[in-house]
Amino acid sequence: MKTSVFYGTLAASALLAGAASAQSTLETVQSNGELSCGVSTGLAGFSAPDANGVWQGFDVAVCRAVAAAVLGDPMAVNFVSTTGQTRFSALASGEIDMLARNTTWTFSRDVDLGFTFAGVNYYDGQGFMVNRELGVSSAMELSGATVCIQTGTTTELNLADFFRVNGMDYEPVPIETNAEAQQQYLAGACDVYTKDSSGLAATRASFPEPGNHAILPEIISKEPLGPAVRQGDDQWADIVRWTLNALIAAEELGVTSANIEELAAGTDNPEINRMLGSAGELGAMFGLESDWAVRAISAGGNYGEIFASTIGEQTPIGLARGLNAQWTQGGLLYAPPFR
Amino acid sequence: MSDTHSNTVSYVRDSMLPQQEPPLKDRGAVKWLRENLFSGWLNTVLTLLSILTVWFIIIEIGPWLMNTVWNAGSLRECREILDGTSGACFAVIKDRWHQLMFGFYPPEYYWRPVLAFVLMLVAVAPILFAELPRKMLYFSALFPFVGYHLLWGGSIWLPVAVLLGFVAGYIAFRLLDRMSSLISTLGAVAATLAWWFLLAGPFNAAMTSVLPIGLEFVRSDAFGGFLVSVVIGVSGIALSLPLGILLALGRRSEMIFVKSVCVVFIEFIRGVPLITLLFTASLLLNYFLPPGTSFDLILRVIIMVTLFATAYMAEVIRGGLAALPKGQYEAADALGLDYWKAQRLIIMPQALKISIPGIVNTFIGLFKDTTLVVFIGLLDPIGLSNAIRADTNWNGIYWELFIFIGALFFIFCFSMSRYSQYLERKLKTDHR
Amino acid sequence: MSSTSDARTPTAAPKAAFRLSMLLYDQRYRSITIQIIFLFALMLGIAWLVDNTINNLRALGKDFSFSFLTAPAGYDINQRPIEYDSQMTHGRAALVGLLNTAILAVMACALATILGVIAGVLRLSNNWIVARLMTVYVELFRNIPTLVWIIIFGAIMTESMPAPSAFRGDDPSASMFLNESVAVTNRGVYIPSIQFANSLGTVNLGVVSPSINWLLVFAVLIAGIYANKAILKNATAVQNATGIRPKTWWKSLAVLLGPVLVLFIVFGAFLEYPELRGFNFADGTHLRNSLIAMWLGLGIYTGAFVAEIVRSGILAISRGQSEAAFALGMQPGKTMRLVILPQALRVIVPPLISQYLNITKNTSLGLAVGYMDLRSTLGGITINQTGRELEGMLLMMLIYLAVSLSISGAMNIYNNRIMLKER
Repeated sequence: MKTSVFYGTLAASALLAGAASAQSTLETVQSNGELSCGVSTGLAGFSAPDANGVWQGFDVAVCRAVAAAVLGDPMAVNFVSTTGQTRFSALASGEIDMLARNTTWTFSRDVDLGFTFAGVNYYDGQGFMVNRELGVSSAMELSGATVCIQTGTTTELNLADFFRVNGMDYEPVPIETNAEAQQQYLAGACDVYTKDSSGLAATRASFPEPGNHAILPEIISKEPLGPAVRQGDDQWADIVRWTLNALIAAEELGVTSANIEELAAGTDNPEINRMLGSAGELGAMFGLESDWAVRAISAGGNYGEIFASTIGEQTPIGLARGLNAQWTQGGLLYAPPFR
Repeated sequence: MSDTHSNTVSYVRDSMLPQQEPPLKDRGAVKWLRENLFSGWLNTVLTLLSILTVWFIIIEIGPWLMNTVWNAGSLRECREILDGTSGACFAVIKDRWHQLMFGFYPPEYYWRPVLAFVLMLVAVAPILFAELPRKMLYFSALFPFVGYHLLWGGSIWLPVAVLLGFVAGYIAFRLLDRMSSLISTLGAVAATLAWWFLLAGPFNAAMTSVLPIGLEFVRSDAFGGFLVSVVIGVSGIALSLPLGILLALGRRSEMIFVKSVCVVFIEFIRGVPLITLLFTASLLLNYFLPPGTSFDLILRVIIMVTLFATAYMAEVIRGGLAALPKGQYEAADALGLDYWKAQRLIIMPQALKISIPGIVNTFIGLFKDTTLVVFIGLLDPIGLSNAIRADTNWNGIYWELFIFIGALFFIFCFSMSRYSQYLERKLKTDHR
Repeated sequence: MSSTSDARTPTAAPKAAFRLSMLLYDQRYRSITIQIIFLFALMLGIAWLVDNTINNLRALGKDFSFSFLTAPAGYDINQRPIEYDSQMTHGRAALVGLLNTAILAVMACALATILGVIAGVLRLSNNWIVARLMTVYVELFRNIPTLVWIIIFGAIMTESMPAPSAFRGDDPSASMFLNESVAVTNRGVYIPSIQFANSLGTVNLGVVSPSINWLLVFAVLIAGIYANKAILKNATAVQNATGIRPKTWWKSLAVLLGPVLVLFIVFGAFLEYPELRGFNFADGTHLRNSLIAMWLGLGIYTGAFVAEIVRSGILAISRGQSEAAFALGMQPGKTMRLVILPQALRVIVPPLISQYLNITKNTSLGLAVGYMDLRSTLGGITINQTGRELEGMLLMMLIYLAVSLSISGAMNIYNNRIMLKER
């Protein structure tokens, strides 16, 4: 039926191939008029389409901020849902321009797989969730347990290491999607569900009776989650990195979506002026307009606002800031200076 | 003997006795029961077992099905309506009906896939039912372009430009037909490719700027649900038909090199699972294409599914070719027809007709196999069922979705297999 | 050219001079022309793909190497037919996956054959309700995708079976079957396993190290099968000579099972029953949910196709054959066994082979329920953790191809042996 799609695209791609390979990611995004952003297939609070098919969530907000900075329109994002297995090849092949899918920044992903992590938007760690009925209070009591695990993630490797180092045995049940894992866990097909503790909280929040389930105190790994881009296009990596930094710095400097209009006109804080473009030419240095940060922050607010509206304590997910507080508040968020 | 006999008989009946009713165990329902259900101890046991099975299924599922809730916004609401009794929540189907059918296709354009589907039925009808007027085949040939435009939209000139490529090929074929069929075939292919690669792009751009008409463009990632299954299944089969014919001819060819390449291709595709080909589409296809080329996943899947179906189609058509009596080939030779003319005018029309049941069966298989695209992240009905279950409203629903998906597949596939059985009976001319 | 034809004797027919246009018009040369063009186009296409691949790999800074197979895998696999832990290599993990694929394929083929033969024969039965029921089975399973069935069976296992904790306590809500030996839970089915008290240890064969006890048992079993063949051959010879077939069933039974039983007693075989310990049942053999869902899904689905094959195979035997058998005074059972089935088998075997192949290929759907087959280990986690899509997919395709080709090869040999020997 679709003969024409095939040949048409083949012809078009052959014509474009020469031009496309020479284009930088920024030029590609600008000429397409939209940003292709890889997100997860659905994790409440981080990325999930709502009833109208509009993507919402913490990871999604990063995509929207980048789209706003580059294109001026936070809605000009084409969300590509990726599974744990397909996300890296989607990025490597150029199908997506950036990956914002709770992806852990590791040495081998950065170096061997050829990606550049633009920073960390969420400091996480792998935890365990159990049903309170089991009476388990520590991960050290889990010997012999059946553990549900989402396949294709670093959690799989951490889990193997944790149980081996502590001399315990376990029965892994590998599962493809979070929805399926949730179903199996609730049905009692596994005693424990393990994933990043933020994800556990998000999953638990969607349970009929969240109170029956406990997240164990042990955090068995460091999981710095951040947006990733392809290696080799430093300009694009810089754009994503500094968009994220702008969101973080905005919170530190007290720039919010409410007062940004006013502050963008000029303030007596030189760093705010440089960031928001009323002084200096920071935007032009990586090929964007001078108000790029204003647009990025207006898209969904600063880091704190995004956090509060998607996964914060007022939402069903109910995550505390913890490590993800500003450095001034005892957290790890520390944006380099805008200078 | 007969003499003595006749003399000894003193009484001969001159009127027949009225026929008696057969004994009770040999008539009516009792007879039927005895012959069909309880004809021996083994049959009796089997009958009782069957009745038990049916009874068990009815008892287990019946009340649950009968007590169905059709109107509820979430599973919780549905359970409140059920109030503790066992019952199905088919409300989820009602709630997500459009999503299961069309995925995220823009609601204001739902008429487009529906119209495309109806037109597809019209286009397929003359192929499936020989009684319909042959003129309708022209529409069938045109349908791929119409269907593409209806589903994807965009500028109308793109499908027109592609269509003109075929026209260019046909003109070249006609012009060169006198020289040799090899030259004319090569010429037609060359003309088509030349048009597509050199002129179609500028033509499309020029016409679009002059006369920008066409439907609103819809991206492939908006496609979902049964729309994806049907699009992939139908385009896979439609594209694989011409390729499959070529492969089948290649496999029967006497040219050793062509033959071996075809055999290797067919055996390779048939030897690996479809899912590895789909993963190739999603993970590897971009490696094989020039750097920077990227086109959307549905298209890549259609390419791989087409390759997959081509190998099976080639075997079906090879079966059709083998079933033709040798006399047909010899008659074509005797008439002095060359290879392509013989194929076109004598062999293929007959071989394809014999192959239709096989083609329909291949289609049924392919249509069922489209469910595998869920593994590479496409939102086919199964993929959507996962997405629906991820939603907090319907978290925990299971059977209703799978029963619905299974039932729809059953309706599609069962009707097609009935058709293919009807056709097999019709084509079967030997008497046994 | 012309000089050579001049030199010939006048009696020989003049050889036509070779002209370039003959490449197109002459039947003798045209096929060569076509093949050369074809070859050229093919080479060009392959070169284009390879060139693109090399360029793309270079652009991504990747190389093409299979060295990842010797690196530690780092992940665990739940179903391990051979010894494996997360410190062993990716290659070993792939082997474990391949064995899991093989286990599943064999189990599903057996189930499909048994179900298919029963359903196929019963569909032709005179018994109205049985025939209808089998028709419903065949149509229902044939027309719904196997993936849907696999997911449904997976759901039945996890949703409808009791959790292990239900077996606990003074008043458990669930109980084990068959004298406390089989436990059906939502984590799988636990059945007793055979253990040997007097273990002879294992023999190290490099990649695998099977138990010597089991190797001996299998050796004796195979010897028994050969001995049984000799007994049957002997019985046939006696029947041919005297017309009376001696009763052999007790001899066969003794030869087949006797030595194995003796070995079992010598080794001190005992049944190890599953027992609830800690979070799960321990001991015994654990048939995981994923395995059971795949097994039932593939087996019952393909069984419907096998049923159709068996039915059409039986129908393909002309009615005259059974009529002739009845005329000879044969019983219906004997007619089926000695006349119909041997002939029907010839029709049945070729499509049956392709169903076995389909099962083997469909085991790759294990992903849906988390069955750790070749695709989930080598083609899933390994590719994902190492980023070697190209090498991993290539290797996996070649393995599947090799398995498929060897199955169809073996079955074709069998098919040739039972094929009608025509003059």
